[in-house]
Amino acid sequence: MKLIHKAMAGTMESSDIMITIEPKEEGGIQLELTSSVMQQFGRQIEAVIRETLKGLGVENALVTAADKGALDCTIKARVNCAAFRAADSEEYVWEAK
Amino acid sequence: MREKKRLRRSMMFVPGNNPGMIRDCHIYGSDSIMFDLEDSVSIMEKDAARFLVYQALHDLKYGKKELVVRINDLNSGLGVKDLEAIVRAGVHVVRLPKTDSAQDVIDCEKEIARIESEAGIPVGTTLMMAAIESANGVLNAREIAHASDRLIGIALGAEDYVTDLKTTRSDGIELLFARCMILNAARSAGIDALDTVYSDVNNEEGFIAEATLIKKLGFDGKSVINPRQIEPLHKVFMPSEKDLKKAQAVMGAYEEAMAKGSGVVALNGKMIDKPVVIRAQRLLELNELAGVREVEEI
Repeated sequence: MKLIHKAMAGTMESSDIMITIEPKEEGGIQLELTSSVMQQFGRQIEAVIRETLKGLGVENALVTAADKGALDCTIKARVNCAAFRAADSEEYVWEAK
Repeated sequence: MREKKRLRRSMMFVPGNNPGMIRDCHIYGSDSIMFDLEDSVSIMEKDAARFLVYQALHDLKYGKKELVVRINDLNSGLGVKDLEAIVRAGVHVVRLPKTDSAQDVIDCEKEIARIESEAGIPVGTTLMMAAIESANGVLNAREIAHASDRLIGIALGAEDYVTDLKTTRSDGIELLFARCMILNAARSAGIDALDTVYSDVNNEEGFIAEATLIKKLGFDGKSVINPRQIEPLHKVFMPSEKDLKKAQAVMGAYEEAMAKGSGVVALNGKMIDKPVVIRAQRLLELNELAGVREVEEI
């Protein structure tokens, strides 16, 4: 997936996460994470964000994540949404359960 | 759990772009959970809500709850996009809004069948319900109710309907014709009749009065917009101890007559007609499905 411009998804409400994605030419995924549960779940949140971006084929980006206690499914949903918005794409791949 | 026939006293609307409510909604005890991609989601956040509801359906476990998603209408250009996501995520029931004709149901079913086929899901797995929200829809209720074998029920969407009628919601008289049409159409097709929301969440008395009215009419349940409405609604739908005892006595007399090979059922010297037996049977089934009260031995 090729990111074209900066985009955001999510809110600062409890149980949500706000994701901002900005395209970069190189340097891999640079992640700036803040979380209300950083001590307990910081590594897990980061892993979900990186894994989701990897699944989308996003290799270089500046990602800012402000977490308010989001579940993994919410993190995946917000990262996906921000990335597709940044790519101006609607070529979603919905996997069957 | 995906079942065409089941208890649907309460269907709780959950805004599709609210992660907190999506996480907690199963704890409040509604019979069905209805994730909303339509009116509760702003036009700028339709994609975000679709991602969120898809991921929740895909990843979270809601036990035996029935999971419904209200999609955007197909003419908006958003409805098919919603279907692409939620059918693949395994939604139990798709709620089609603004259903004006049987063709609307047929068009939606066609898209669902295509997606099921493409995704390797057995065609026919996904169930549907249709919300009727216009004068046209009410007048076409019977055809709508019979339009697809996937339909589990038809529902009234009152806010758009009263606007179409050029009136507003008041004591319920403005909805009487629509409710009766929808109820009779649903019964004609052998599916559920589901009532509209009661928006004034602080007026419990008004809510109970409306719930009592729709139960008297024969509705199977009602949409709710706040967890506070679930318990009073279930109380309204719960048979009384007196009714339960009577129903059990009727069924006892019926079973005794059947065992004797007698075609005449009598209880306390009175003949019991078949409709009385059917009603008693339904009441005991409802009680059993609700699973909250044991019937004392008579």
